[in-house]
Amino acid sequence: MKKLLVSLLGGTLLATSSIAADVKIGFVTTLTTPAAVIGKDMENAVNLAIEHLGGKAGAHNLEVVFGDDGFAPDTGKQVTDRLVKQDNVDIVAGYIWSHVLLASRKSVLDAGKILISSNAGPSQMAGKLCDQNFFSASWQNDQTPMAMGEVLNKAGVKSLYIMAPNYAAGKDMVAGLERTFKGEVVGKDLTKWGADAQLDFSAELAKAKASGADGIFVFYPGAAAGAFTKQYHQAGLKDELPLYSVFTIDGISLPKLQAANFSGIVGSKVTQEWDPSLDNPTNQKFVSDFKAKFGTYPSFYAAQSYDTINMIAAAVEKVDGDMTNMDGLRAALKSADYDSVRGSYSYGSNNFPVQNFYLREVVVDGNGDWTTKVVDTVLTNHVDPHAADCQMN
Amino acid sequence: MNPKNTVAKSLLLLAVLVVPLMLNLFGFAFYLDLATRLSILAIAAVGLNLILGYGGMVSFGHAAYLGIGAYAVGIPAHHWLYGGMDMIASTNGFLQIALALFASALFAFLTGLVCLKVKGVYFIMITMAFAQMLYYLLVSISEYGGDDGLVIDTRSEFPLISLDDPVQMFLVSVLSLFLIMWGVRRIARSQFGMVLEGIKGNEARMISLGYNTFRYKLAAYVISGVICGFAGALLGNFTTFISPEMIDWARSGELMFMVILGGVATTMGPLLGAITFIVVEEVLSTITVYWHLPFGLMLIGIVLFVRGGLSSLLERGQKTDD
Amino acid sequence: MDTTLFVIQLLNGVQLGILLFLVASGLTLVFGILDFVNLAHGAVYMLGAFICASLTFLTGSFVLAVILALPIVALAGFLLERFIARPLYERDHLEHVLGTFGAILVIDTLAHLIWGPAGIAIPLPPYLDGQIEIWSGIVVPTFRLTIIAAGLAAAAGLYWLVNFTRLGMLIRAGASNRTMVSALGVDIKTLFSLVFALGAVLAGLAGMLIAPITEASLGMGNNIIITAFVVIIVGGIGSMKGAFYAALFIGLIDTLGRAFLDDIFKLFMSSAAAENSAPALSSMLIYILMALILSMRPQGLFPPKLR
Repeated sequence: MKKLLVSLLGGTLLATSSIAADVKIGFVTTLTTPAAVIGKDMENAVNLAIEHLGGKAGAHNLEVVFGDDGFAPDTGKQVTDRLVKQDNVDIVAGYIWSHVLLASRKSVLDAGKILISSNAGPSQMAGKLCDQNFFSASWQNDQTPMAMGEVLNKAGVKSLYIMAPNYAAGKDMVAGLERTFKGEVVGKDLTKWGADAQLDFSAELAKAKASGADGIFVFYPGAAAGAFTKQYHQAGLKDELPLYSVFTIDGISLPKLQAANFSGIVGSKVTQEWDPSLDNPTNQKFVSDFKAKFGTYPSFYAAQSYDTINMIAAAVEKVDGDMTNMDGLRAALKSADYDSVRGSYSYGSNNFPVQNFYLREVVVDGNGDWTTKVVDTVLTNHVDPHAADCQMN
Repeated sequence: MNPKNTVAKSLLLLAVLVVPLMLNLFGFAFYLDLATRLSILAIAAVGLNLILGYGGMVSFGHAAYLGIGAYAVGIPAHHWLYGGMDMIASTNGFLQIALALFASALFAFLTGLVCLKVKGVYFIMITMAFAQMLYYLLVSISEYGGDDGLVIDTRSEFPLISLDDPVQMFLVSVLSLFLIMWGVRRIARSQFGMVLEGIKGNEARMISLGYNTFRYKLAAYVISGVICGFAGALLGNFTTFISPEMIDWARSGELMFMVILGGVATTMGPLLGAITFIVVEEVLSTITVYWHLPFGLMLIGIVLFVRGGLSSLLERGQKTDD
Repeated sequence: MDTTLFVIQLLNGVQLGILLFLVASGLTLVFGILDFVNLAHGAVYMLGAFICASLTFLTGSFVLAVILALPIVALAGFLLERFIARPLYERDHLEHVLGTFGAILVIDTLAHLIWGPAGIAIPLPPYLDGQIEIWSGIVVPTFRLTIIAAGLAAAAGLYWLVNFTRLGMLIRAGASNRTMVSALGVDIKTLFSLVFALGAVLAGLAGMLIAPITEASLGMGNNIIITAFVVIIVGGIGSMKGAFYAALFIGLIDTLGRAFLDDIFKLFMSSAAAENSAPALSSMLIYILMALILSMRPQGLFPPKLR
């Protein structure tokens, strides 16, 4: 047994201590459970970014080590520890889920390494828990629903029913909407989330319908999106209770909804900081190459992951591969001096992007595929509401 | 027991202690952490083995005690930092561990009064039910992070030792493990343990012999819970993160599997089970995200072809050597 | 309280109850007759959903897909029995749990490899996709009624099978006294295989019925298997009648709890506190219920006679 133990351990040591690349990036995302559908999209985008860079940032080789968070905060923390301690990565990036990021942040920051979120933007990390070594390549959770709140005000929605999953981001999304929405919130349901998330919303939808609200606002990312929209459709609520959503109808759920021919969602509107139709050369190349390689439109998760890698590569090039030059790295990252697929943006005092938020509409493209296009700019150079709470040292 | 057998077992214990330290010395710090986690879960498995193995009470809710122990570290530390609940707000390790042991004992005692009235599969399910109730209770307390869990900012503080140092954390865990293995072995071989095994074999007979079997079972159940609660306190310190996820039924299942895998009602079984479970999980999951497939096949293979768990292999291998 | 809303929630609860019954009936059959704890029962539920999804896209018809998928899940159940359950019949419950947990991991990962991580949404034919007014002002999705109808039909079929056929007689006899059945010279191996396959068909059917609502997704079986175990424990292991009533009961408790508990709580606490504690308590309800019932009736509500 002892021999077995030793040889097993020895085996992994050999397997993982491969030839050292110049710069190692740890990328944590969800590769198992139904939420792996998001992780896969991000993994694809990361690999595409590396391919576009020719595997190099300037003269330095880039290597990405993926880690699976299993859609659970403790697993996410464990895999982060492994990336930091065992794989000895220089930068940790990724993170779809706010609660996973909150659980993992200390592991990276205590080791004195740079942490970049490619999606999650929990309010705490934009405010009290902000850190000079943490950067967001996405947004702060409150912002996208804040944009939606403005859209609702413009559309004259007076009363609203809200549904979101019961976890950090779900609460932020609701709070964000309530920041800008001027009407009345007549009902609110926070449903079970995680690996055994609630997927049958019959009880909640019946309540929403009975509430007599002018509309329903939801946030159901990933696998729950399809389930929710389908039940919304089956319950026949389209005219009675118009759907306003964030992070629900996206590049990941659309192909599935199209395959099931759920035409009710064509024409529905969502807010986002990015869209495949944004007209800049980086985005055009990203979207067309992604489509050519993987057969679908990239989701915003993919776009942000693609940006994450390019942002890192630009910073690595600036410090000439010297990953111990923390001041240089931080300054380079903060300058946001790279070609982002969302166009140019800047960083606020809390290292969250100051950027535009767009209203997008679900449309059918020239090939008959369902996608989104930008119809309006809702917020311009928007600073998140938690930046004021950030006392960066 | 033959002497060669003892040698093999001592060597295994020595390896559990020395190999991680050596690896750490050569710069593989992560494997030290892995060994710490392994030791802590092995403690919980040893605790579970007391009732599952020796007592025949299959608890499918023992992760609850891991959670209780961890929250007993996290909650006082949280209040110490952010105020409130002055009575328990502290980073004192002795206080936190006392709280962990007391809370686990209380939970075990109260649920034991109900659970031990039923047997067999009903017992399995009712222990799970109580763990699930605790799970949803913790989910609802937003002060401690609810579903998202809570990062513990400071570890338990003790005089002379610092749990912030991975080597000391490992040593505390692994030495606690050895001590508890020895303790449970003593209990199992005491008169109390004999009665417990008697109850497992034939409860009616023990009752007719004049034993108050319910009391024996309850006592074992509480001791087992307290051991797991202690493991939980270590786990909270090790991961510096608490979340209701720790109590999920799947985690209770994992503990059960460690015990069964290693061999029930044996001293080494829970440790062997924990080693196999965690090392195989670690090795496979670094190779492929589809690691559940070979892992599942391994579980099936062991159940079908290795009767009596892995520790029987140790015995068997020994016999053929002779 | 709004009557319309209440009636709709009642229907939702019945629908959940029916699905739970389909899963639990197979579980209780296998448990009661074969004395085998089959954790992998939920994996068959998931397989049913995925196979049905693929066949729906292949044949273009959901109904046809269900009909074609049923024998395939029966085969899956048969294989599970032959290679994992059968060698373990004589062993401990513990080893059943470990072996079938291994089977869950294998089946889940295979499903991940075959169908990918994304769930599959199943399109419904137009006549099932709309909604229907069952009373003045009470409008419910047609498919939810279809689930209730299909589930009740399956329950009725099962009732007939168990009470009025030779196979049913053996099943009933087996649930009460296993040794007697084998003493009668019945080919117990074939009987066991049939029972297992029957259980798989019922679980698979449940998966196919829920998939158009929640999608076929990985891990969907693991969510329901625990609740199904609660159902058979509350109902009494091996009792079909118990499984039926307990499933409806738990389906209703769960749905009505989710729907109305926060309103009830708001009567005597702040709305923020109610929004926080109501979901937790409604999730706890079924476990509290099970603990209460077990502490009063350790054999469940309807224990089969003569065990």
